[in-house]
Amino acid sequence: MTVDASRGAEAPPELVQLLTPEGERVQHPDYDIDLTPEEVRSLYRDLVLVRRVDLEAVALQRQGELGIWASLLGQEAAQIGSGRALTDADMAFPTYREHGVAWCRDVDPLKLLGLFRGVNHGGWDPKEHNFHLYTIVIGSQTLHAVGYAMGIQRDDATAATIAYFGDGATSQGDVNESFIWASVFNAPIVFFCQNNQWAISEPLEKQTRIPLYRRASGFGFPGVRVDGNDVFACLAVTRAALKNAREGQGPTMIEAFTYRMGAHTSADDPTRYRVASELEAWKLKDPIERVKSYMFKNELADQAFIDEIEAEAEQLGADLRARCLAMPDPEPLAMFEHVYSEPHALIDEERAQYAAYLEGFER
Amino acid sequence: MTVLSLSKALNEGMRKAMEDDPKVLIMGEDVGKLGGVFRVTDGLQKDFGEDRVIDTPLAESGIIGTAIGLALRGYRPVCEIQFDGFVFPAADQIITQLAKMPMRSLGAIKLPVVVRIPCGGGIGAVEHHSESPEAYFTHTAGLRVVACANPADAYSMIQQAIQSDDPVIFFEPKRRYWEKGEVDTTSTDWWTPLDRARVVRPGTDATLLCYGPMVKTCLEAAKAAEEDGRDLEVVDLRSLNPLDTPVVLDSARRTGRVVVVHEAPVNNGFGAELAARITEQCFYHLESPVLRVGGFSTPYPPSKLEEHYLPDLDRVLDAVDRAFGY
Repeated sequence: MTVDASRGAEAPPELVQLLTPEGERVQHPDYDIDLTPEEVRSLYRDLVLVRRVDLEAVALQRQGELGIWASLLGQEAAQIGSGRALTDADMAFPTYREHGVAWCRDVDPLKLLGLFRGVNHGGWDPKEHNFHLYTIVIGSQTLHAVGYAMGIQRDDATAATIAYFGDGATSQGDVNESFIWASVFNAPIVFFCQNNQWAISEPLEKQTRIPLYRRASGFGFPGVRVDGNDVFACLAVTRAALKNAREGQGPTMIEAFTYRMGAHTSADDPTRYRVASELEAWKLKDPIERVKSYMFKNELADQAFIDEIEAEAEQLGADLRARCLAMPDPEPLAMFEHVYSEPHALIDEERAQYAAYLEGFER
Repeated sequence: MTVLSLSKALNEGMRKAMEDDPKVLIMGEDVGKLGGVFRVTDGLQKDFGEDRVIDTPLAESGIIGTAIGLALRGYRPVCEIQFDGFVFPAADQIITQLAKMPMRSLGAIKLPVVVRIPCGGGIGAVEHHSESPEAYFTHTAGLRVVACANPADAYSMIQQAIQSDDPVIFFEPKRRYWEKGEVDTTSTDWWTPLDRARVVRPGTDATLLCYGPMVKTCLEAAKAAEEDGRDLEVVDLRSLNPLDTPVVLDSARRTGRVVVVHEAPVNNGFGAELAARITEQCFYHLESPVLRVGGFSTPYPPSKLEEHYLPDLDRVLDAVDRAFGY
């Protein structure tokens, strides 16, 4: 029996792109963006700096300073583009790989390292940054994001939420339920799916037979596929979707078509399941190089600027490393803190017992 | 005799089960080409094909729900849940469907589904990767719940679990995956029935009841206790549901002192069931109350603190000391 691969398929997917891999600006009828030279340079700086944070974390993990690390390599444009589209009042719900979005929300990268170093499970105040804690169980946060959006709606506030998730997460029940909730309640939310082509070892075809953005129409809201390695397009498309959400037009699903250049996490070995040529092909679509080419072609920046950012990145990396190494281990009794908001007899009892037990070793 | 790691022993056990019965399937996230994140299913897809070793979509509820459907059609699915903390999206299918459907059918339906769960901490992981959720499942009627602790049991128990016509929740101590031991793959004569406990170290002064990752810890504690002149018995429960009550009660009656050790929180943990049963049935043999050593009533802590949370040799011996203090 042969399977008719065209069954259920429609026209080939469209990709919103405003900047080609070669650094050429292109127009799109529905999405455009007018960026000042300063804004372009600022986006470039973001991209370079978050890549540097990521590289430093990868190195720290290899040296045993982090238990594990989930690299964002290759996904910088998707995260910076969407992250910079957010206003202060908007709320973001990340997975565990949104280091670039965290950067846009002014979360100190050291706090990301704390989680992967095993010092804490989160470490930042979500309310301070309007950036929720990382969620490790795949897709759970999409429902939280919809609930938060329903709150915004009931507050009559001018804000939206953005829920980050990956291609693998689209198979989870929670994610599909979040689509239904968002649709039925017309919630002010943007579903931002970074399709990086791989859910650990499983390629996209293990999760879907249609382009992911087309799932949205079945749930009753628009979906759009954007070049996830094009920071301009990610910014423009997310900005438009957030605006629609804030103005009461309901949800949008954005599929940022990108590629996980590194391993799933530092515990993974992608050479077991994917070919090197795929990686090479995606290297040509690098999110940073194309912005650099564009800036040079249009004389928005010179080599001195590039060097300056490079130096800043080096400083950031060195500083992050030093602060990571200086990060104190938590006190043993810290694990009894914050389990409940109000006093709890059993926790108090166990804390006291364990404190006495530890003192026994000191005597 | 072959020397195998616990991980490889499971792999060999599943391979044998697949060779013996064409209805045995493997399903889960990354179990195919990658061979699982712990490589427990390494090479099985290559040898048995994609129809029998299935890389599923990323959805745990879907894995168990479709396994039930496959079982209804006569297959014997062996499902891998990638980490302990990821079993909860599948909890509805396990607790409300898998566990109860056979009884609802008055025995017409059998659901020989195995749910493999790498469990426990000690590997420096991020949250949801170090939990011990066994009590949720031992509390659910209709599920057999077992835990292997060494390569030989891993090899035999996984095959027995697959052969069982009941759903089996199969806990694998992930921090012991790489520990090696001798396994006789040429005979089944040495196999212990799936629902039996085993005295892994006979002793006379006190009993340590344990399973999964804590068996090794308890054996080490028993060895250390020798220096204090105490002869501890270590019982590897192997099966939590059903519990091998005769072995447990016999040991309690002989030694008069029992310490239960598990990684899961003490509060409402499986140890509470053991303590209650022993107290009910061996009251006049006991020299001290049944004591429990386990995790605290907190979420599993960040990995920098897990050494405090996890029972270790010192905490086990501390409890033994307390048992002798009565």
